[in-house]
Amino acid sequence: MTDEKEYLKIEREKEWRVELRNKIKNKERTDLLRVKMPEMDPMERIKYQDREVNQGLSVAQAQAEAVRCMDCVNPTCIEGCPVSINIPKFVKYIEKGEFLNAAKTLKETSALPAVCGRVCPQEKQCEQSCFYTQKLKKDAVAIGYLERFAADYERESGQISVPETAPKNGIKIAAIGSGPASLSFAGDMIKLGYDVTVFEALHEIGGVLKYGIPEFRLPNKIVDVELENLKKMGVKFETNFIVGKTASFDDLKAEGYQAFFVASGAGLPNFMNIPGENFNGILSSNEYLTRVNLMNAADNAFDTPVFKGKNVAVIGGGNTAMDSVRTAKRLGAERAMIVYRRSREEMPARIEEVKHAEEEGIEFMNLNNPIEYFADEKGHVNRMRLQRMELGEPDASGRRRPVTIEGSEYDIAVDLVIVAVGVSPNPLIKNALPDLKVSRWGTIDVEEGKMQSSIPELFAGGDIVRGGATVILAMGDGRKAAASMHEYLQQRVTSNEF
Amino acid sequence: MNKIIEKEFFSPKVACFVIEAPRIARSRKPGHFVILRVDEKGERIPLTITDADEKAGTITLVVQKMGVSSEKLCALEPGDEILDVVGPLGRATDIHKVGTILACGGGVGVAPLLPIVQGFKKAGNRVISILAARSKDLIILEEEIRKWSDEVIIMTDDGSYGRKGLVTAGAEEVILREKVDECVAIGPAVMMKFTSLLTKKYNIPTQASLNAMMVDGTGMCGACRVSVGGQTKFTCVDGPEFDAHQIDFNELMLRLGGYTELEKEAYQHYFESSIK
Ligand SMILES: Cc1cc2nc3c(=O)[nH]c(=O)nc-3n(C[C@H](O)[C@H](O)[C@H](O)COP(=O)(O)OP(=O)(O)OC[C@H]3O[C@@H](n4cnc5c(N)ncnc54)[C@H](O)[C@@H]3O)c2cc1C
Ligand SMILES: Cc1cc2nc3c(=O)[nH]c(=O)nc-3n(C[C@H](O)[C@H](O)[C@H](O)COP(=O)(O)OP(=O)(O)OC[C@H]3O[C@@H](n4cnc5c(N)ncnc54)[C@H](O)[C@@H]3O)c2cc1C
Ligand code: SF4
Ligand code: SF4
Ligand code: FES
Repeated sequence: MTDEKEYLKIEREKEWRVELRNKIKNKERTDLLRVKMPEMDPMERIKYQDREVNQGLSVAQAQAEAVRCMDCVNPTCIEGCPVSINIPKFVKYIEKGEFLNAAKTLKETSALPAVCGRVCPQEKQCEQSCFYTQKLKKDAVAIGYLERFAADYERESGQISVPETAPKNGIKIAAIGSGPASLSFAGDMIKLGYDVTVFEALHEIGGVLKYGIPEFRLPNKIVDVELENLKKMGVKFETNFIVGKTASFDDLKAEGYQAFFVASGAGLPNFMNIPGENFNGILSSNEYLTRVNLMNAADNAFDTPVFKGKNVAVIGGGNTAMDSVRTAKRLGAERAMIVYRRSREEMPARIEEVKHAEEEGIEFMNLNNPIEYFADEKGHVNRMRLQRMELGEPDASGRRRPVTIEGSEYDIAVDLVIVAVGVSPNPLIKNALPDLKVSRWGTIDVEEGKMQSSIPELFAGGDIVRGGATVILAMGDGRKAAASMHEYLQQRVTSNEF
Repeated sequence: MNKIIEKEFFSPKVACFVIEAPRIARSRKPGHFVILRVDEKGERIPLTITDADEKAGTITLVVQKMGVSSEKLCALEPGDEILDVVGPLGRATDIHKVGTILACGGGVGVAPLLPIVQGFKKAGNRVISILAARSKDLIILEEEIRKWSDEVIIMTDDGSYGRKGLVTAGAEEVILREKVDECVAIGPAVMMKFTSLLTKKYNIPTQASLNAMMVDGTGMCGACRVSVGGQTKFTCVDGPEFDAHQIDFNELMLRLGGYTELEKEAYQHYFESSIK
């Protein structure tokens, strides 16, 4: 920690930073207003499944926003970032106009800045901890927008720096799953000289970034650029490969793999187990989003079908629910509704997504809970029964507990229902390794900070350890696991185990 | 990419493929299936692994033309490649020695039945197989099933081959004739439903292998959910075989029909684009 503080201080005292700080008075900086992200018009954007809502900042906008940052002595923003990005340093590079250096700064700690700049819940992380929010009670520096700007600038410049890799050490290791946790792990390990293979069950690389988060929020091509980079650095990818099924851990060990990083995600969708939930037209958000995002079901040229509902109810208040309801709107729903049992304040979704959804005409039926579904003679859902809720005392999570209002039931017409009430850890790995220690909820137990499981050569991170969490936390886990697996393997090297 | 090594038509609508898939060939057990995607635009469809040759590194799939995806697959020839094949998926059949097994296969369901019949025979059971289809040309894999059965009864709806009648008629005759310890039924949902009702009457433990709608096959989407004993199960990871007497077949049949309209549209689209 002191090392880190020391490093931040040294960086902050560099001549260029001092100069920039002295150029404009803090008072002038804090008088500036936060930049607005240029967005596609709501009525226009709901016509397209694949056009990004946020258009990105122009050079002038980014530089103006960067000026707001005061390059604080004690940059509290960094404490809010799970991977401790050196925020003032990259922001000041933007102010100075050195955008490629800004991108390089991001990459010191983050493997996927273009992704995190788009999907991080900044308002609960870095921006929540910014001096502006904390002390000035003003809008935070738009750290997320700036991060996206720098990463996009680098990508579009065609001058992406492919990091240097250490000489090959010949040690084979495997990463299981290809979501953000594995990708950041693979990036770090390849730099250290390891022979890295990423195994993915699906036919596409990227995990939730590909099959879950829609194009209008995170275009696939952005993820693909990162994948290309990893490939250039030598990371190998095997799709259509389910570790534990296609080959066992023992098979892989026999093929020379010395250690494993399990990042298989929390892919198992939860249902509510209420009457009628198995009728046709009621599906998990995973199924709905997979059909649309991974299988291109909305495009007639592709074979996979998807229900296009007129009256669509999405159950839940998280990012997954927002993504589903906004997708339904784009596929032509007349009514696209969020049915959420708490109120807007408790919604776990990113604030920006809720705002975008409202602009797009999504109806919010907060403090409502489904209790039963009804269907037509063909078994297709046509009606749902809702019960009104009110908020009671705070529960263990600190959020006020929803309580049912007796006698408040009423029915609404629906022809498509998407259930987005959370996910559980995928049990594939646990089933393949009976000795592996897992929690009551099925998440893999790891040693805090080291990400090492009860099986020494097996490390784990991301949603399979945390339950449904975030991209940046998954990425941070990947980096921690890489550092500690490296240490573990080097110990084995010194004790001549190879 | 998985190369097609051999292809043979069992009937105008049913083709058998031998496909290169060395890892799957090594890991698979009776009851397992794969999910494949023919090309970039294709859907992911589940098909049972009928047989495998570990040395040659191949698996055998038998597919019946139903709609776009199965037609596309059946149009491929030896030397062509299938874009994605993933597996083995599902839980393997619980093969054990119990005495006498009654194995009922309807239509293309005989394909997934074959490895199970083989398994039970190898485990030392007496195996009586009933193959049922609408007519003679839809009876498949008869020779292979004979090789692993003590007795084979053929039933056709129209009487064009074997005996005239439904699978249940043949099954009941066997049950009344001798002691049957367990039954396995694979075929169309209605066929499994009525076989299950029959064996329930005689208290014979029965497994049915369900052909629920699937997308990923790894437990991620829930498209394949079925009600078994009043609980929701995912066919791809908890099945595909379940205790037939606990399965809600009516719900399964409704769910299988869920995408019918959309599939008809897709077929129309496929048909139009292939004649252009
Ligand atoms: C619709 C949706 C929207 C979201 N929006 C946001 C957001 O805005 N911001 C945010 O921070 N987070 C968001 N999240 C959460 C975030 O995406 C996840 O926390 C993150 O992706 C977890 O990363 P991971 O690497 O642990 O696993 P995942 O991304 O889940 O990837 C796991 C991969 O492992 C594969 N796999 C599983 N088992 C095996 C096996 N045995 N062998 C081989 N491969 C296997 C799976 O197929 C999958 O591709 C969202 C999630 C969803 C579903
Ligand atoms: C575990 C399992 C094993 C199977 N094994 C075999 C086999 O060995 N041989 C064989 O011929 N068939 C098998 N099937 C059925 C096969 O997957 C479907 O016939 C095929 O997907 C039809 O696709 P289609 O596009 O050609 O037809 P479509 O026109 O799309 O559909 C025709 C009918 O097939 C079913 N179906 C469609 N899509 C799917 C899907 N994604 N998943 C499951 N069913 C679907 C539905 O009942 C539908 O009404 C199996 C299914 C399952 C679940
Ligand atoms: S990675 Fe996320 S939390 Fe960290 S600085 Fe970037 S946007 Fe903020
Ligand atoms: S806390 Fe805010 S103002 Fe201070 S350095 Fe961080 S981003 Fe800049
Ligand atoms: S096919 Fe998706 S969960 Fe079974």
